[in-house]
Amino acid sequence: MNMKQADNSFQPGRRQARKLDLKNGRVELTHGAGGRAMADLIDLIFRRAFDNPLLNQGNDQAAFDVAAGRMVMSTDSFVISPLFFPGGNIGSLAVHGTVNDLAMAGAQPLYLSTGFILEEGLPLADLTRIVDAMAKAARDAGVQIITGDTKVVERGKGDGVFINTAGIGRVPAGINISGERARPGQKILVSGTIGDHGVAIMSLRKGLQFETALQSDCASLNGLVARMVDQAGSAIAVLRDPTRGGLAATLNEIADQSGVGIRLHEHSLPIRPEVRGACELLGLDPLNVANEGKLIAIVEARQADALLDTMRQHVNGHEAAIIGEVIDDPMHLVRMVTSIGGERVIDWLHGEQLPRIC
Amino acid sequence: MKYIDEFRDGERARGLARALQTEARPDRQYRLMEFCGGHTHAVFRYGIPDLLPASIELIHGPGCPVCVLPIGRLDMAIRLVCDHPEVILASYGDMLRVPGSKRRSLLQARADGADVRMVYSVSDALALARANPERQVVFFGIGFETTTPPTALGILEAQRSGLDNFSVFCNHVLTPAAMKAILNVPPGAQAGETLEVDGFIGPSHVSVIIGSDAYSFCAGQYHKPVVIAGFEPLDVLQSILMLVRQLNEGRADIENQYTRAVTPGGNPKAQAAVAEVFSLRPTFEWRGLGDIPESALGISKAFQAYDAEQRFDMVYQSAAGTKGCECPAVLRGAKKPIDCKLFATTCTPESPLGSCMVSDEGACAAYFTYGRFRQEAEQRQAEQRAEHRAARAQATAYGEHG
Repeated sequence: MNMKQADNSFQPGRRQARKLDLKNGRVELTHGAGGRAMADLIDLIFRRAFDNPLLNQGNDQAAFDVAAGRMVMSTDSFVISPLFFPGGNIGSLAVHGTVNDLAMAGAQPLYLSTGFILEEGLPLADLTRIVDAMAKAARDAGVQIITGDTKVVERGKGDGVFINTAGIGRVPAGINISGERARPGQKILVSGTIGDHGVAIMSLRKGLQFETALQSDCASLNGLVARMVDQAGSAIAVLRDPTRGGLAATLNEIADQSGVGIRLHEHSLPIRPEVRGACELLGLDPLNVANEGKLIAIVEARQADALLDTMRQHVNGHEAAIIGEVIDDPMHLVRMVTSIGGERVIDWLHGEQLPRIC
Repeated sequence: MKYIDEFRDGERARGLARALQTEARPDRQYRLMEFCGGHTHAVFRYGIPDLLPASIELIHGPGCPVCVLPIGRLDMAIRLVCDHPEVILASYGDMLRVPGSKRRSLLQARADGADVRMVYSVSDALALARANPERQVVFFGIGFETTTPPTALGILEAQRSGLDNFSVFCNHVLTPAAMKAILNVPPGAQAGETLEVDGFIGPSHVSVIIGSDAYSFCAGQYHKPVVIAGFEPLDVLQSILMLVRQLNEGRADIENQYTRAVTPGGNPKAQAAVAEVFSLRPTFEWRGLGDIPESALGISKAFQAYDAEQRFDMVYQSAAGTKGCECPAVLRGAKKPIDCKLFATTCTPESPLGSCMVSDEGACAAYFTYGRFRQEAEQRQAEQRAEHRAARAQATAYGEHG
């Protein structure tokens, strides 16, 4: 990142912003060239939306004090298509994604950075919507976007906009949540219905378009996690958000990391009828479909019911369910007892999920 | 979910499993072939083998459209799109990853610059042709009777709307012909590889089109029962029970478990469209089953303007498969995926060597995805079956003395 060289960071100069046509204008190469046009873009779109004292310090970096204790840091890039979808857009997603990655350590997220790669020709109105959604998502999650960067690439070399966010957060004392801490006997909880985000996005994809009232579940989970940590504390062994690859990929990761097996019960999986319907139609498995506002918690069995109650009282967890348990298995498999009482292995997804033809 | 949950009900499944345990006789084997890849998929997705007594063995059939297409036909498609830069090849997604000769797939051809597009239906291919009037759009038509009527309608639509830059590379095949080939000793089968099938779990969607009467030869000529089954787990379990009952009673009837969709005569409109556009090929090569007479459809003379094989002078050359790949024997039902040395070692869904590992409906992919490491369980089952056979032999021996 060469914020300094191009001087295209969000930190303000001492210059009056000029009028930018936010209604009909488009991103031009000059918006990334380090000149006045770029400064206008940053002032009128980014700084206006993200406005906070740390961003407004006006340096090439944001400076802040940290408390003693354990910090966590994470980064994620967002290259989603389409940019707008029912329930959110790439901007809100970019905040939720990194906030959730931090929260999955039991941490309270504090600050985010963001980098934008804009494609020449992107309507400024779209950019404004994306940035405003991002600012709102950050406010709702209680984090501040304190430093940023923007670049413009030629038409055809990007997909409208790519966004990177990185974040840091603080872990409360005594909390040790990590993917290698799953042990046989612990219970597995999910915070709500699975597959909503993936199916909502798929319904808009070219060639697949189908009508659904389904919204993406895209949400920041740090509020829910804070309540869970307060209630169950050290009894929580693992937290993870099952994004790309869905529940199947996430549980396989945990099984590998912890060296355990996992057993799910198909009848206890919360899945919306619309998601099941779409998956039936397309020959997909809801276990492989992406989520953006759900978490999996692995917790000591004696605490599972109480934690479930706590989760259900939170707006992001009211459809939470206990879906399985950690078992001893030298092969580290994820298995599922099916609705008819048989058993099958839940594997990673191979390649891209494609609708079946027959 | 209405009309779905009813067919996945655990209580009913346990009831059917109990009936099977009671009714399947321990003194005999029931070797039942599920013809369709869709059934193979359902069998593993719901863990149906866990509910069956040891005397019932499910044999996985060749009903996976991507799996049975011979390498030579895939090579034709790859050559077509590489030699003709004006061509856009529109194909179902699964087909793109199947390795052809020299392990070259359509995906690799695309990476090398050929214009290959994934479509979900023939309508997508027609739309491509309309959107690209300066290009030639070729639809890679594959599949059994389920996908054949849409291809026929695609050709009729192209003719009706004067869409001259659209054609079809037709590879549609026929289910009854393949069942006959399985019941006859398969050509190229080695000693010990001949297959004994006691009955068929008949196709669901194929039967919606062709009707249950299309299988009467199984009962008449070969004295093998067929039960046409839906794709839901209870459908499959109930069909197995119906087959067990037929075999116990010494009957060989064509029964229809999937009455909510299948009629004796099938869908006459679909059949009429197919009859109008296609004609029987004298013979066609199948992966695993070899050349089978009158087993596939070509585009008939009246519609040859839409036949990509004519338009581009495409020539068929039979090609050998990957060394060591047991897809042919797996497709005949003569071997299980785990009998193949390449299975889960060099051949995986990420880098498939054989077609059965590519498609979701392929037996190898189903084994890998839903039970990659189930060899142990399989071995245990095989041992149980061996014990069961030994006990049977012993019982017979005692019987002779008594």
